[in-house]
Amino acid sequence: MAGRTLYEKIWDEHVVASPEGEPTLLYIDLHLVHEVTSPQAFDGLRLHHRPVRRPDRTLATADHNVPTDPISTPVSDPISRRQLEALEENCAEFGITVFPRGHENQGIVHVIGPELGVTQPGMTIVCGDSHTSTHGAFGALAFGIGTSEVEHVLATQTLPQQRAKTMSVAVENHAPQGVSAKDIVLAIIARLGTGGGAGHVIEYRGEAIKGLTMEGRMTVCNMSIEAGARAGLVAVDDSTIGYLRGRAGVPDGDAFEVAAQRWRTFVSDDDAVFDSAIVLDASTIVPSITWGTNPAQVVALSGVIPSPEQFDDPGERDATARSLAYMGLTPGTEVRSIPLDVVFIGSCTNSRIEDLRVAAAVVEGRRVASRVRALVVPGSHRVKAQAEMEGLDEIFLAAGFEWREPGCSMCLGMNPDHLAPGQRCASTSNRNFEGRQGRGGRTHLVSPAVAAASAIMGRFASPDEVGR
Amino acid sequence: MKPVHVVEGRAVPLERSDVDTDQIIPSDWLKRVERTGFGRGLFSEWRDDPGFVLNQAQFVGASILVAGPRFGTGSSREHAVWALMDFGFAAVVAPSFGDIFANNSSKQGLVIVQVAANDVDELMGLVNADPTTLVLVDVERLCVEVPQYGWHRDFTLDPMTRERLLNGWDDIGLTMRREGAIATYEATSVAPSLAGLFDDAGHAP
Repeated sequence: MAGRTLYEKIWDEHVVASPEGEPTLLYIDLHLVHEVTSPQAFDGLRLHHRPVRRPDRTLATADHNVPTDPISTPVSDPISRRQLEALEENCAEFGITVFPRGHENQGIVHVIGPELGVTQPGMTIVCGDSHTSTHGAFGALAFGIGTSEVEHVLATQTLPQQRAKTMSVAVENHAPQGVSAKDIVLAIIARLGTGGGAGHVIEYRGEAIKGLTMEGRMTVCNMSIEAGARAGLVAVDDSTIGYLRGRAGVPDGDAFEVAAQRWRTFVSDDDAVFDSAIVLDASTIVPSITWGTNPAQVVALSGVIPSPEQFDDPGERDATARSLAYMGLTPGTEVRSIPLDVVFIGSCTNSRIEDLRVAAAVVEGRRVASRVRALVVPGSHRVKAQAEMEGLDEIFLAAGFEWREPGCSMCLGMNPDHLAPGQRCASTSNRNFEGRQGRGGRTHLVSPAVAAASAIMGRFASPDEVGR
Repeated sequence: MKPVHVVEGRAVPLERSDVDTDQIIPSDWLKRVERTGFGRGLFSEWRDDPGFVLNQAQFVGASILVAGPRFGTGSSREHAVWALMDFGFAAVVAPSFGDIFANNSSKQGLVIVQVAANDVDELMGLVNADPTTLVLVDVERLCVEVPQYGWHRDFTLDPMTRERLLNGWDDIGLTMRREGAIATYEATSVAPSLAGLFDDAGHAP
């Protein structure tokens, strides 16, 4: 018998039933809940007089909608306030642990799961959010679901699922100095296109992936959905075990070693066969930004804005022209010459402590360009507290950055942090869709290092340009 | 959900690729706790443009949306499906779809019709030439047709999705029939739960 992929191992362990002619019923180990995609699901439960089957496998936090103003400031938007209150009320009614705004464990759902150690290898994890793929960095099968499925998991702790196809994305060799996990995943998305991963679960492999920290792996897995894949995975290794050791949700002492031994089995077998495979050479990856309105529209920081004429496919030519018009860009413009209005460092892609350390190192002792609004939104209260212990907040504030309370913030502009029409933003988030960060706003996805350097220079820049 | 056998109506061509769920329903609309009323937010940024296809008189009242490749990519927001249905759409025809969007659609009874890109182009051509053209999406026979021109294309749905659409079955009710199997699985599961991890105030001791 041929070996199994990591995906197949997790899948096989979670099959509750596989009735003839129906999708497999898959058990869900951990269900993460937030305020935006859950209220209608809780209403559905009430309507049918159904309890939450496993409140002890369900964990909720406020994130999408929370203002990032000081916690003492009330939530000014009544509709947002109502949604945040609804989460607390629903969790109280159904017996679910919830971290409301200001709670020490509150933060972006994909930041708090790993940092609390409740995200563990071999688990199935779902959340009503497409960036749930983040947790795949731990060798967990994690994917986003809609509100009907949120209700389904609340009621049954299972989901009917069709088995996905498997795709190996191997990033071989070492990435050059200055190339981050964000640049690697942008290169992968540029290669696959926004639909290339559809119907697949991606396993990221190869030297460059193995060489990433857990935070870097989370950045890569986070953006799997931007290539159309619902989930991304990285095999368990010493980095995974090392990250989890000592976290609140994992056992201590010998029990940890027992758990770790089991976790180490969550790797693809050497003779496992993937349905498809691509290989990238990390040594050719360069610091990059997105220029357009989908995350596959990537260009080197040292490059120029592309022209519609570069594309053979008429559909792609039209899409390119439309993206350029929306973004207010002219083909041939040097990326480094494009001025910026806003720099946002945050989101479930890049708001963890390492991201903040990288950015702080670039801005230390320097000033944000006068015309730029720059903000840092830590991914969680724990990240914020850690950063403050290390004095990173002082560095950012001294440089002219805003240092804000945790949440999804300007990644999707549901809270008061959003772009004004026409504003151009270098953002460490995951989506550059039209209007994503605010109506008429223009988003360029970048790494934390490039975001920090660009804030100082007032245009797209690499860290080595800062302070010349 | 309500059973759906045939969707019959006029169609509207949305000639764009990569229509993501942020375009279908911008995030401002996601603050609401209700499940209804999202139709007003459908494509709200584009609808400010009087020339936008949904604003054109000849397409008002259409029930079938015909769009370019990768429709519904991005965010998992089911609000996108609620918005399309609340606006009056009952089926979407496109060459490809975002996985989560397609899945969400199947839970609400919005029929996802995936056909080849050139077939979508042909259908758009027919509809553009005559916006009163009647289009038919048949879930029973798994085909999309323009009877007036004898135009017919088959599409596929996984058998369970088709059954659920035809019968209006509630997924949760179906799964609850498997209570025995779920309980049996849970008795042997090794994945730790969160029991005892947090106190009543959510603090980890």
